[in-house]
Amino acid sequence: MGRSPEEGSQEPSRDAAYWAQPVNKLSASAVPEGAVNLVEGRQLLGPLQGFGKMWQKTYRIQLASGVVTPAEVISTWKQEFARFWPRGNRFYAPLTGIQPGEVALVSIAAGPVKLSTGVMVLYADPESFTLMTPQGHMLAGWITFSSFEEEGCCVAQAQLLMRAQDPISEIGLTLGGHSQENRFWQQTLKILAANWGVDAEAQTEVICVDPRRRWSQAKNVWHNAAIRSQLHILMTPVRWLTSSLRNRRS
Amino acid sequence: MAEARVAMTVRQPAASASVIDIRGEVTAQCESTLMGSYTEAVSAGASGVVLNFDGLEYMNSGGIGLLVTLLIRAQRQGQRLVAFGLNDHYQQILAITRLNEAIGIYGSEAEALAALAGPAGGRS
Repeated sequence: MGRSPEEGSQEPSRDAAYWAQPVNKLSASAVPEGAVNLVEGRQLLGPLQGFGKMWQKTYRIQLASGVVTPAEVISTWKQEFARFWPRGNRFYAPLTGIQPGEVALVSIAAGPVKLSTGVMVLYADPESFTLMTPQGHMLAGWITFSSFEEEGCCVAQAQLLMRAQDPISEIGLTLGGHSQENRFWQQTLKILAANWGVDAEAQTEVICVDPRRRWSQAKNVWHNAAIRSQLHILMTPVRWLTSSLRNRRS
Repeated sequence: MAEARVAMTVRQPAASASVIDIRGEVTAQCESTLMGSYTEAVSAGASGVVLNFDGLEYMNSGGIGLLVTLLIRAQRQGQRLVAFGLNDHYQQILAITRLNEAIGIYGSEAEALAALAGPAGGRS
């Protein structure tokens, strides 16, 4: 409950277990084989801390009525989130699954570039869950996955509220990144629907919430995942050499 | 979609500020209620809007998203947005989503109204 001025006491909110605890900096509990952890020590960035235009993008797909309930959709989506991602992209789910506060590492194909970044589970209840992006991710904001009944039909939905984190990401989004992102989530929903034998296309609604760019946030470019991912690859021989020398000495 | 379980009333305790009293659940389903209340709150000429969360029972991530879009709308109209009545839990939620960097959070209605009346009132 909200605060009662008469009582002056504070009861625990009934949604307390659904939200992540406050964190200053992210820490991945484990780094799966093949994953690159470039989110360690990063801060979360909401849509207000990004640089580019703010967008609300909604992707939804209708599942056949009576086949599955919203709770079942979300339960399956949480448990097998990585399986529903389009080919060429990797979601390294936390060991404990989609739970509030857990950090997942991701590898995203952005054109010719592979981005290594991550997300934190901000919120998770039986019928929805939300992932929030850290510094370095192309986007600042969050994406909410939900399922609900609409006109007797079960609907699965992914809704982003985000803006590009920095000027480079904004340029990337403008030059095809938005279309690529749309395809990504449309494909995700199509794969999800196929899980219940439904062959359908996702509907997309895009709203520009704020057309302004926030130049005060241009400094986010320092953490840009595209740049850091490429640096990480370029530095691979150096890391290998350093590791070999250490092994010889020991 | 589930129906909105929220009631909002608007009052204007000062010429320059309106208060939206929120009772119930703030979720994505209450978008039309919240935006309608905001329109009513600023229609009488108030330059600042106070969100009263004393009656808040529940808020999910969809509700937080609504607050973001409301804040952007207020900023684009040159309005200031502040809040009071949030318990510790919801203050933490606004901190983790970093909404508290843009919406001033105060301990009471009087403090929120005083902040709006001052030159640096609110942070929106």
